Amino acid sequence: MLGGYVGPIAIGVAMLLGARAAGVARALLRASLLLSLPIAVSVVLVSVFTRPGSTVLFTIGPFDATLEGVDFAAQTLVRLLAISLSIGLFLLTTEARAFVFDLERRGVPPRFTFVALATIEAVPTLVERAATIAESQRARGLDTEGGVRARVRGVLPLVGPAVITSLTDVEERSLALESRAFSRPGRRHLLWSMPDSGRERLLRVVLVLALLGAVVVRVAGVPLPVVG
Amino acid sequence: MLRLAGVSYRYPGFATPALREVTLELRPGEIVGVVGANESGKSTLCLVASGLAPGSIGGELTTGSVEIDDRPTAGRPLHELATQVGIGFQNPATQLSGVAGSVFEEVALGPMDLGLPARETVERTKAALATLGIEELAERAPRRLSGGQGQLVVLAALLAMRPPYLVLDEPTAQLDPEGTRLVGEALGRLAATGTGLLIAEHKTDLLADVCDRVVVIDGGRLVAAGGVTEVLADPAMESYGIEPPSTVHLERALAERGLDPEVVRG
Repeated sequence: MLGGYVGPIAIGVAMLLGARAAGVARALLRASLLLSLPIAVSVVLVSVFTRPGSTVLFTIGPFDATLEGVDFAAQTLVRLLAISLSIGLFLLTTEARAFVFDLERRGVPPRFTFVALATIEAVPTLVERAATIAESQRARGLDTEGGVRARVRGVLPLVGPAVITSLTDVEERSLALESRAFSRPGRRHLLWSMPDSGRERLLRVVLVLALLGAVVVRVAGVPLPVVG
Repeated sequence: MLRLAGVSYRYPGFATPALREVTLELRPGEIVGVVGANESGKSTLCLVASGLAPGSIGGELTTGSVEIDDRPTAGRPLHELATQVGIGFQNPATQLSGVAGSVFEEVALGPMDLGLPARETVERTKAALATLGIEELAERAPRRLSGGQGQLVVLAALLAMRPPYLVLDEPTAQLDPEGTRLVGEALGRLAATGTGLLIAEHKTDLLADVCDRVVVIDGGRLVAAGGVTEVLADPAMESYGIEPPSTVHLERALAERGLDPEVVRG
């Protein structure tokens, strides 16, 4: 039973240690919890009450909360947290320009690098946009503060405008970049150099090997606790 | 010369054209304003003139052609067109690349994309910042700029590509009066470098200040063209949803009171 927890928790702890070394531990924890919270709530509700199991903990109406459901929900939550911590640490410690130009250096076509860039930009842009929309909705009398129910009610009118304007923004940004020859194939002479020490290169190789090892172990069915 | 010759353009998935038989010429160093109500076709005209429609967003030129120095733009790669005609939009925030840590890097991005040697990229970047008078912003983070400053950085980024023509779609729409003033001054400086500017705008005061001529668009067709004062003072403009410049309002108010409107023209 513990096997499902060890891997994700080990990854999560490693990410937090990395974040601490980079001085972004607090920001990472906040962003990671914020990003995974909406999915976590639905995972808990669906898993706890719909997963069949022999040990019923309590009952609400027609739904039984089972021990197996709680275990499954907890395992999913730690995996979710491990994923969001990993993505969060990457986004918080990687300069967009370094990522984009490194992809290009490795031969990734400009259109794909734009998609990668748009993804990196999406989270902070969405957060910024949501704050602006919340301000304007509040100015029109919408209650977005106060109790949990009021906050949940307040969030719903923000989702549509935030998502739609973010999509429009991406389109406009892609046109603006086209106008600056972003899609031109071929080499660029960068004005800056990207630091890439021997230790970083070694760490990358080790991590890729660890990933491959984990996949092989998983596919081969070897019961190692490290693999979630 | 940037020339639209009888151009009709249809967006992908639409049966009717959004632009109908538009003929327009823009010469180097000239500023031409485009006025019209919302949904009149101003933005479409900008996209077509820049080659992004149909080049990037699809659709079809159903009649006519867009030419730069007598060469049609149709079928030319967009990165090649970017050195011929640049386009700027309303919102400076969405036009910033997101990959630059400073304004200098942001402006340098276009020349780098062109594959220019680093020395030429630096030289072009410095020249563009100087033309727009924003050298002091060079080390600032692009995301920390005011709207007006952001739009100046966008203009500098386009200028660094050294296109002979720039198309600007409502460049001051999201700016406060101070930002509008900054951009208005910059437009004059850009034209003085020999860049031809096509500017779609609602702010007719700005157009009256900077433009050599204006064209009026309605329902995707050009319905009037000529000198700024002559066109924008025409009472028929209000039927196209165009607000006359404040000088025209003032002249009319003076005339109604039997005073000489020449006082306004100074």
